Amino acid sequence: MTTFWFIVIAFLWTGYFVLEGFDFGVGALLPLLSRSEAERRQVIGTIGPVWDGNEVWMITAVGAMFAAFPAWYSGLLSSFYLPMFLIVAGLIVRGVGLEWRGKVRPGRERALCDAGIVAGSVLTAFLWGAVFGNLLYDTVLATVIGGLLSLSVAILHGAVFVTLKTTGPVRARARRAALLAAAAAVPVGVVALPSIPASAMDVPNWSASPWLWACAVLAMAALTAGVALVWRRREGWAFTATALSIVLTTATLFGAMWPAPLPGLTLAEAASAPYTLTMLTWIGLIALPAVLVYQGWSYWVFRKRLTVDISSH
Amino acid sequence: MDALDLARWQFGVTTVYHFLFVPLTIGLGAFVAGLQTAWYRTGKDHYLTLTKFFGKLFLINFAMGVVTGIVQEFQFGMNWSEYSTFVGDVFGAPLALESLVAFFLESTFLGLWIFGWNRLPKRLHLAAIWAAAIGSNLSAYFILAANAWMKHPVGYEVVNGRARMTDLWAVLTNPTALAQIPHVVAAAFVVAGGFVLAVSGYRILRERGLGVTGRRTAEPATAGAGDGDGDATIPLRRRTDMWRTSLRGALVMTALAGVVVAGTGDLSGRLLHEQQPMKLAAAEGLTRDTAGAPFSIVPGVEVPNMLSLLAAHDPGATVQGVDDIQRRYEEQFGPADYTPNVPVVFWSFRVMIGFGMATVGLSVLGLWLTRKRRGGQPSGQRGRQRGRRHDSRTGEKRAAAPVPSWFARACVLALPLPMMAIIAGWLLSEIGRQPWTVQGELLTAASVSPGVSLAEVAISLSVFTVLYGVLAVAEAALLVRHVKAGPEQPPTIPDPTLTAADPDAARLTPTLMY
Repeated sequence: MTTFWFIVIAFLWTGYFVLEGFDFGVGALLPLLSRSEAERRQVIGTIGPVWDGNEVWMITAVGAMFAAFPAWYSGLLSSFYLPMFLIVAGLIVRGVGLEWRGKVRPGRERALCDAGIVAGSVLTAFLWGAVFGNLLYDTVLATVIGGLLSLSVAILHGAVFVTLKTTGPVRARARRAALLAAAAAVPVGVVALPSIPASAMDVPNWSASPWLWACAVLAMAALTAGVALVWRRREGWAFTATALSIVLTTATLFGAMWPAPLPGLTLAEAASAPYTLTMLTWIGLIALPAVLVYQGWSYWVFRKRLTVDISSH
Repeated sequence: MDALDLARWQFGVTTVYHFLFVPLTIGLGAFVAGLQTAWYRTGKDHYLTLTKFFGKLFLINFAMGVVTGIVQEFQFGMNWSEYSTFVGDVFGAPLALESLVAFFLESTFLGLWIFGWNRLPKRLHLAAIWAAAIGSNLSAYFILAANAWMKHPVGYEVVNGRARMTDLWAVLTNPTALAQIPHVVAAAFVVAGGFVLAVSGYRILRERGLGVTGRRTAEPATAGAGDGDGDATIPLRRRTDMWRTSLRGALVMTALAGVVVAGTGDLSGRLLHEQQPMKLAAAEGLTRDTAGAPFSIVPGVEVPNMLSLLAAHDPGATVQGVDDIQRRYEEQFGPADYTPNVPVVFWSFRVMIGFGMATVGLSVLGLWLTRKRRGGQPSGQRGRQRGRRHDSRTGEKRAAAPVPSWFARACVLALPLPMMAIIAGWLLSEIGRQPWTVQGELLTAASVSPGVSLAEVAISLSVFTVLYGVLAVAEAALLVRHVKAGPEQPPTIPDPTLTAADPDAARLTPTLMY
């Protein structure tokens, strides 16, 4: 049951990194992809209906950690106090910017909202990687490399998402941005990804597991494949590849954290009682498929590419 | 001053701030859904105008509720890691359910609603706003069930220094929760009602060319038209009628919710008597166990036996006093100060009851003032019959009384009352719980994160306070600006090019909501 809930939490974080990954990338690239207010609306419009739902993946992941592994939740958040504080502050600035930019006056006020979106997206995307990098190695270098990995992959993923969801000049700029982001993401990935299974080498009978290494190698392969597919303008497949790369990276990360997600704390020690986990399992089994269905449906509703809309406003 | 004090201040500041926005999200979401349902069923344009107008105000506010909520979820772990480790097994479950069951529903369907005006069929689009509103209300259920457990822990046992859940159903149907949830949710509807009353009152005054202070600001020729003299121009009449509709809706909502607040408040008072005697004693400032305890309206003005009547429905019942409970707690739990901040709890209790009752009283008065009268002025709605169903009940026989300008002005001025009442209710509830985080199990002083430094909490507290201050000013300015600007499409100017070709076209024209 403990292992099952660890996998559930890994799944929730994976959903969060894949979905909000492109939100962060789109937010970070906003000023680079658009030259006019109409184009900015086009770029923001790609994530407009879905970003808030994507963020709930994190809220659910953190909530599930609280319920299933209270000591992991409280240990992670209190030992990374300032980064977590900055992540929350970044999410506040970004969320308010996204919701308010259409309701404030054009000009300085809207520019301020856009600055909030960019700053919040870059900061938060960097910090998540930095936190996990630091968790695995506890060195400044690992922290920076982790942050750069999550930021550059988010930007790549977001750029590919924009190529998939737009038409016209924005789409062309997003393709160039994706290739530029790949120039950073691929080298960082080559350094960072093998370091994840390597960090768990001293855990007996586990870290040597070939599965973790396979995940890390496949994550690298998916990342490179994504870049190649962008180059060949196969946008749908490129997005699938970058998403897959994030899935595999997160899987490697959580694999490396098993069975001790924090130094000196095993999952068994951190876990809630079997009764609680059983109850949560039953409710999760009913609720999660429903969530997946209606969130999937919302992506289906907004599946069309966005054109530049000059008429509104 | 140590990390514990700052962590408490941070929790207080961020939670009270979060709760400025949440009641409006809970109540206004349902109100907008109600308006859209009215439009869906009648096809009347003014309902659509109102839906979009209040929908926009709702969204400005919703953003703040969401982002400040993330702070709440994180700071249990960041500042209160000992608490989180102790209670997570029980307290974490409703929080996880809140995200899984409520937040996904709320955020996904709100996205569909905002962007779905011209993409979804009308029926599905209406369902989207209802799903979002239901999500908001469900989230209130889960978080309040978790909160109630702190005050009256049930369905658990303590094993190896940690609470272990033994009965989820008991946690979700905690009597404290079942009294508190309808109380807080209904109070949220009172807050939202007060907000709609203030906005509608302001718009009515503005349409009449009157300011909130009573001075005429514009259009003096039409001023006073709403007072029933019948010589109003038709556009003005129709405009004020639209705001009269939202005002009436809010009056009904506030009055009904007020009944629920009062009833569940009475129930909560009796539960306090049984479960949290210290909070009840502090709320009255009662020092000694007293039979036939009085209730002080303000210090010095007492109603004899009233507190006993409220607490036990028995005028002679004994209500425990602060000093006597302190002595008994010392015997039970060891020497410590078990008394909360009595003046804060005392005054919060009075602000909550006084301001809350004033708001509900205002709504009842408004319902009487705007009631439909035999042989009165015909309603201006009758001219607009493009809807599916013409409302025949507001025909010649019974007509709606116009909203008096003085009442509209009172609605605007009353805006802070329900907000202050609901915040005071939280101060009563949470400061009255001190010094416990979990009543009888865990003290606040033992809940704080041991490894977090004073400097760290000082940084987060000061940045959050500054950031929240700036955002509060921005939100207030945005709301005021949008209320002053009014709806984007005045209902009095139907676009003939749209309506001529296709009667549905006007209704499906999207407004930029985002």
